[in-house]
Amino acid sequence: MSSNWLTQFPDMSRRDLLTIRQTLDGAYRHFSREYGDAIEAAFHPLLKFLIWFDNLLLQTPWWIIIIAITGLVYAATRSWKLSLGVVISLLLIGYFGMWENTMRTLSIITVCTLISIALGIPIGILMARSDRAQSIITPLLDVMQTMPAFVYLIPVVMLLGIGKIPGVIAVVIYAIPPVIRLTNLGIRLVSKETLEAATAFGATSTQRLLGVQLPLAMPTIMAGINQTIMMALAMVVIASMIGVNGLGQPVLRSITNQYFTLGLLNGLAIVALAIIFDRVSQSYAKRTQKHLESAHND
Amino acid sequence: MTEHKNDTSEPSLEKSTTLIEIEGLYQIFGNTPKEVLPKVKEGASKEEVLAETGHTVGLQDINLNIKRGEIFVIMGLSGSGKSTLIRHFNRLIDPTAGLIRVDGDNIMEFSMKDLTTFRRHKMSMVFQHFGLMPHRTVLENVGYGLSIKGESKKDWEEKANQWLDTVGLTGYGEQYPSQLSGGQQQRVGLARALCTDAEILLMDEAFSALDPLIRSEMQEQLLDLQENLQKTIIFITHDLDEALRLGDRIAVLKDGKLVQVGNPVDIVLKPADAYVRAFAKDVNRARALSVQTIMTANTEKLTGKTAGDVRADFPKDKDHAFVFDEEGYQGILSRAKLDDMDDGMLIKEALQPLKSVRQSTPLQDVIPIALTSPFDIPVINKKGVLKGRIEAKKLADVLSP
Repeated sequence: MSSNWLTQFPDMSRRDLLTIRQTLDGAYRHFSREYGDAIEAAFHPLLKFLIWFDNLLLQTPWWIIIIAITGLVYAATRSWKLSLGVVISLLLIGYFGMWENTMRTLSIITVCTLISIALGIPIGILMARSDRAQSIITPLLDVMQTMPAFVYLIPVVMLLGIGKIPGVIAVVIYAIPPVIRLTNLGIRLVSKETLEAATAFGATSTQRLLGVQLPLAMPTIMAGINQTIMMALAMVVIASMIGVNGLGQPVLRSITNQYFTLGLLNGLAIVALAIIFDRVSQSYAKRTQKHLESAHND
Repeated sequence: MTEHKNDTSEPSLEKSTTLIEIEGLYQIFGNTPKEVLPKVKEGASKEEVLAETGHTVGLQDINLNIKRGEIFVIMGLSGSGKSTLIRHFNRLIDPTAGLIRVDGDNIMEFSMKDLTTFRRHKMSMVFQHFGLMPHRTVLENVGYGLSIKGESKKDWEEKANQWLDTVGLTGYGEQYPSQLSGGQQQRVGLARALCTDAEILLMDEAFSALDPLIRSEMQEQLLDLQENLQKTIIFITHDLDEALRLGDRIAVLKDGKLVQVGNPVDIVLKPADAYVRAFAKDVNRARALSVQTIMTANTEKLTGKTAGDVRADFPKDKDHAFVFDEEGYQGILSRAKLDDMDDGMLIKEALQPLKSVRQSTPLQDVIPIALTSPFDIPVINKKGVLKGRIEAKKLADVLSP
């Protein structure tokens, strides 16, 4: 034993490793048995909202949905071209029989994005205000972004089973880092002198945050939100493995059954949603940052 | 102290009282500045402290008295600590040790809430790179100080518009700062600072980022405004010409220490050490010094139409005097001419014309007038009030090196 550590890594014995795994798994299983119901109950209002929103999108006649979405797009972007593109892609999606799945995906993406923004912006603000918070949260975000999504699906499923809520949790974990990171970055990039000016005129820290830091960080934060939406859409296929309905499920079925065309069509529908979200959020961001347009360069 | 506070209707009476006092101010940058402080107080040099402890000494043993209504210039090269120093006046930076007293209150003892109130009402600030808020319109920038105080939009918009007019930016209110030139942006910065009606104005290299022509215009405008406003202005600059032109008094800062505090003439004519002398040597005095610096204040004037009206008032120790009537300054009357006249005669015909100057006029514009006249030159402000006179001898003294 003592002689071959040079050629072979002195790893721990299999028995020890097994004990560690069993202990941790056992502890987590015990935890989920003990608290699983309580946690599920805590998420119940969210589940109810998800189902309500799903049903709203599914039961409303398709043409009302198209009108409503196009209206929202036009209100946000003031662009006829973009609105027309949205109408055409939605009509195509419906024509190829993917309307219901698209609505389900739209519903879960909307909810996940809203949750990510609601959690991510405050966390980003906290990070920008405290270097210590930043040094703790940054490595967590690194783990969240690099850990393969399948790995953190396991404890979520162990805890809450298969369904919408674990799906939402998985998507949010995967998609929230950009909005946190870019909120932090955006606030830290605000010109020191501008902030100093606000302080010198007697702005309180809330007035500085709402009146100076957030508005000036907004282009960066919007870029973060945009990235978050894109990542949430990318996660849809993986989330379908744990029972999230939507465009991901036909894709999953296509992989297992080798239906190329079905996979392609549903994939394209996801792409169409992504492009719509991306263009709309970007052009909304641009339109609300009027002061950036007219800068003269001398 | 309360008497002073209530007595704001007559600011000129309070002119000589101290408004801001700084005592034994130290600023040390590093991880444990308090522990390094005794070493600095013992007189260790900046380099020694940096080598032994890794701390940077920003300011050491600063003592200043700034009087109500004066323009106090703090001058120094980059790295001298001047921008650090000005940030202590409103506690954007807290000192390592020392006392800062404003209007009798020790502002080091202020709570966060007191400090906010103090910054909102007592002091405002103009920044080197303007520090404007790019997402707010020019008007919203000017009214910023008032809007965060909670004034209604109607109120602050009205005041902000008035100040925009005053600084010459009428009609620019709806633009964004990025649409304006550098000079215009700094006018916005100035209007924003004046809009809160604070008594003290901090100006951190306010004109340094502007090109020379605009800078000179802005200096002129500041002096014009100051004639009416009588604020206490603390002005930071690295440019001695600017310091001399604006300052009632000047403090020269070198490596975080005060080298000399004095009026412009003292700085130029009696530099305290080689450092200040090197600065003062290259100064074009005629351009840098203004009428203010050599003006003799409290000059008598004559008011009346006939020789009889003014004979009794004619100053005993002078051979000429400045004559005013309802329309303002009329000209100069010499004693010789007056003596030749009967009481009933109109003095208008005996007057000799002579241009008047303003307090802010640079001496180079006074020289041609002085050369063509044997008389003193009257100093008259914007409103036509006689403020003092320039004597040719004083002018010659200050210009000869």
